[in-house]
Amino acid sequence: MATQHDHAHGHDHEHGHEEHEQLKVLGFWIFVVTDCILFGSLFATFAVLMHNFAGGPTGKELFELPGIIASTFILLTSSFTSGLAVLAMNKGKVKEMISWLAVTAVLGLAFVVLEINEFTHLMHEGATMATSAFWSAFFTLVGTHGLHVSVGLFWMVALMIQLKRRGITPVTRRKVTNLSLYWHFLDVVWIFLFTVVYLMGVM
Amino acid sequence: MWENIKEFASTFFVTGDPLIYGADVSIALTMVAIVFVLTKYKKWGWLWREWLTTVDHKRIGIMYLIASLLMLFRGGVDALLMRVQLAFPNVEFLHSDHYNAIFTTHGTIMILFMAMPMMFGLFNMVVPLQLGARDVAYPFLNAVSFWLFMLGAMLFNLSFVIGGSPDAGWLSYPPLSQNDFSPGPGQNFWIWGIQISGIGSLATGINFIVTILKMRAPGMKLSNMPLFSWSVLSSSIMIIFAFPILTVTIALLFLDRFAGAHFFTMGGGGNPMMYLNLIWMWGHPEVYIVVVPAFGIFSEVVATFSKKTIFGYKSMVWALMSIAVASFFTWAHHFFTMGTSASVIIFFAISTMVIAIPTGVKIFNWLFTMFRGRISFKQPMLWTIAFIPCFVVGGATGVMLAVAPADYQYHNSYFLIAHFHQVLIGGVVFGYLAGIYYWWPKLFGFKLDEKLGRWGFWFWNIGFYVCFMPQYALGFMGMTRRYYTYGWDRGWADLNLISTVGAFLMGIGFIFQVWQIAYSIKHGERDTTGDPWNARTLEWSIPSPAPFYNFAVVPTVKGADDWWLTKQAKENGTYKEEPAHLEPIHMPKNSGIPFIMSLFFFLIGFGFTFHWVWMAVIGFIGVALCMWARSFQYDTDYYVPVEEVRSTEASLGRVY
Repeated sequence: MATQHDHAHGHDHEHGHEEHEQLKVLGFWIFVVTDCILFGSLFATFAVLMHNFAGGPTGKELFELPGIIASTFILLTSSFTSGLAVLAMNKGKVKEMISWLAVTAVLGLAFVVLEINEFTHLMHEGATMATSAFWSAFFTLVGTHGLHVSVGLFWMVALMIQLKRRGITPVTRRKVTNLSLYWHFLDVVWIFLFTVVYLMGVM
Repeated sequence: MWENIKEFASTFFVTGDPLIYGADVSIALTMVAIVFVLTKYKKWGWLWREWLTTVDHKRIGIMYLIASLLMLFRGGVDALLMRVQLAFPNVEFLHSDHYNAIFTTHGTIMILFMAMPMMFGLFNMVVPLQLGARDVAYPFLNAVSFWLFMLGAMLFNLSFVIGGSPDAGWLSYPPLSQNDFSPGPGQNFWIWGIQISGIGSLATGINFIVTILKMRAPGMKLSNMPLFSWSVLSSSIMIIFAFPILTVTIALLFLDRFAGAHFFTMGGGGNPMMYLNLIWMWGHPEVYIVVVPAFGIFSEVVATFSKKTIFGYKSMVWALMSIAVASFFTWAHHFFTMGTSASVIIFFAISTMVIAIPTGVKIFNWLFTMFRGRISFKQPMLWTIAFIPCFVVGGATGVMLAVAPADYQYHNSYFLIAHFHQVLIGGVVFGYLAGIYYWWPKLFGFKLDEKLGRWGFWFWNIGFYVCFMPQYALGFMGMTRRYYTYGWDRGWADLNLISTVGAFLMGIGFIFQVWQIAYSIKHGERDTTGDPWNARTLEWSIPSPAPFYNFAVVPTVKGADDWWLTKQAKENGTYKEEPAHLEPIHMPKNSGIPFIMSLFFFLIGFGFTFHWVWMAVIGFIGVALCMWARSFQYDTDYYVPVEEVRSTEASLGRVY
């Protein structure tokens, strides 16, 4: 990649990149805003439909809180470990950083597996997307969050490989910054979700 | 086997109507012609290198423009078919089903696949140039946006010949749009065409917000940024808040149809009115999303062709930005008849009327800009002047509709139809046409012919009033929208015939414009100065057509209307020539990923439309692989050497 020409303007190049990476972080913040609206719409939908059981099972009957609380702690911990990865990045320790990301990914994976488990359990109990408006809204809201976490995992794996190959550069630094932003955001969404869907659901 | 194929084909392809067979043949012939021309002139490589993989905002803008003009043609033909059907009582030109399909596709195409891409085309063609930037903030994402729009539009238009068109109205209200009443794939085409292009629109919104906030030339403060860029900022802010709602709404509608969910169903606890609320929470901002950039265009055009600084710049900015906020608090005026509490209705009636205030401010600002200006009536200015009375009447009828008790009378009548066509044609279409005429020389290096353009202009304008003024009266006479026919006893015959004549006049206007473009490619006045209108903002300081890197030297801005200031200083002899220092220019590399990824998005949409889950799965895997591949690409930019910049500039007549 480094042709003679690039060498001549090596300094410029680095500088231009640094600035551009900052731009991408700003864009990602705005994307997170749009994602907030997306979840906001789903929450609003859920709020409208949360009592429409249409004679089917209610959340109170089927939710098993211990499992949900466990997955809540798993996700919160993964948010913490992704923060530790960023701290390691700021100290310039690639290996430590990759390890924390790996821990985050494993926790995220555990969260997704628990969610799939929960969904299969609910379906066995006779609560599916087609059961009632409540369950449609439930599966869509919770499932969209789960899908976001899964996409985050996919992204995390890609970044771990890139970090291993390239180390910490302005580009990988920006990517990990965005990823951890995304991950914290999903954490925040989950806190709302846990409160509105599960805690208020069993009350 | 043969029987199976025949059976499949008879449901897969739309059959039975000569109009459709005609379309089949013309589509096939066009495809063959395109392939033939590309092969004969060995242009496949050119197409791929210069267009399909480009990340240059100007080329993306041109592609948006071409696509939107094609869609204007299609949406316009839909309109003419409807007007033929309604020209006389009891016409048997279109069946009721076909009529339903046509008003649905007309509305959807005109808003989402004509107005939106024309707007994005103008964003792309103008904003970076006006800001003194070399490209948008994310050129790659910009290409992704375009191709998502394009493939979404193609998917939607395919419904005409494959599977059947959607026919539940342009916003597809349930329960009509649910499986019970719209079983076939048509409604799925609607959902996925819009879903795919909507993702692209959202990305464009993000892209232009960052471009405007972060990519302005040094010295250009927000407080002296050109008004078109302000309007784009306002529009983009609305996009990022409104489009996620659309994404969710139609995803939920799809889940109802595909997975048996109960969001908007009549049974199972669903709530169809929730759909109306959600879709208009997007839909109302959407109409401001498309009209606000038109306001920006008028502001540029009025100042340029009156040779005056825009009157009331600050109030203009305030008006543009306050609409972005207010637009989110008016949605329920689309269904006052829903049957909700009086206080809710009052809130939405008043918030709707409040919108008229910033709009009125703008109208007065344009008038005062013209006042005592030296006005030259070139095409962009003609459209601007035609816009003002048209939009004032459209706005006034809008306020009439906002009066909730009266709205019970107007609701869904032709009065409403006339109102929104008046603001959308008089505002959006006139505005974008003004913008296209204004910036055309910057993109292509020649002006569009004045004489043919004037013919087009008068046909459009006279046609507009002949078409839509009778519809206000028809609304009062009790004609409601979506009637596919009516009897002599209604007394609507004369006005409907007049309206149809008007529609055809507008069609003739469009033909003149197509002729004008074709004629001007050869004979149009060449722009050798880069500043054919004696304009005011930065885009006119560089040669036409703009070189791919836009600015050889990034300008330093000293005030509002910077290019005008520079010209004034040169005239007064106070201009200090600063030594231009060329540097290598940092540019993004072309990429095929946006195009390929959008093809996979198309597969997702097409697969879900026909419930072929395997195809959708292939699409999802393809999209994921494209994203993965892009993530691993680190060699995404390059430098244009000084020598190349110098020789390019020299070929455009500028010496450094």
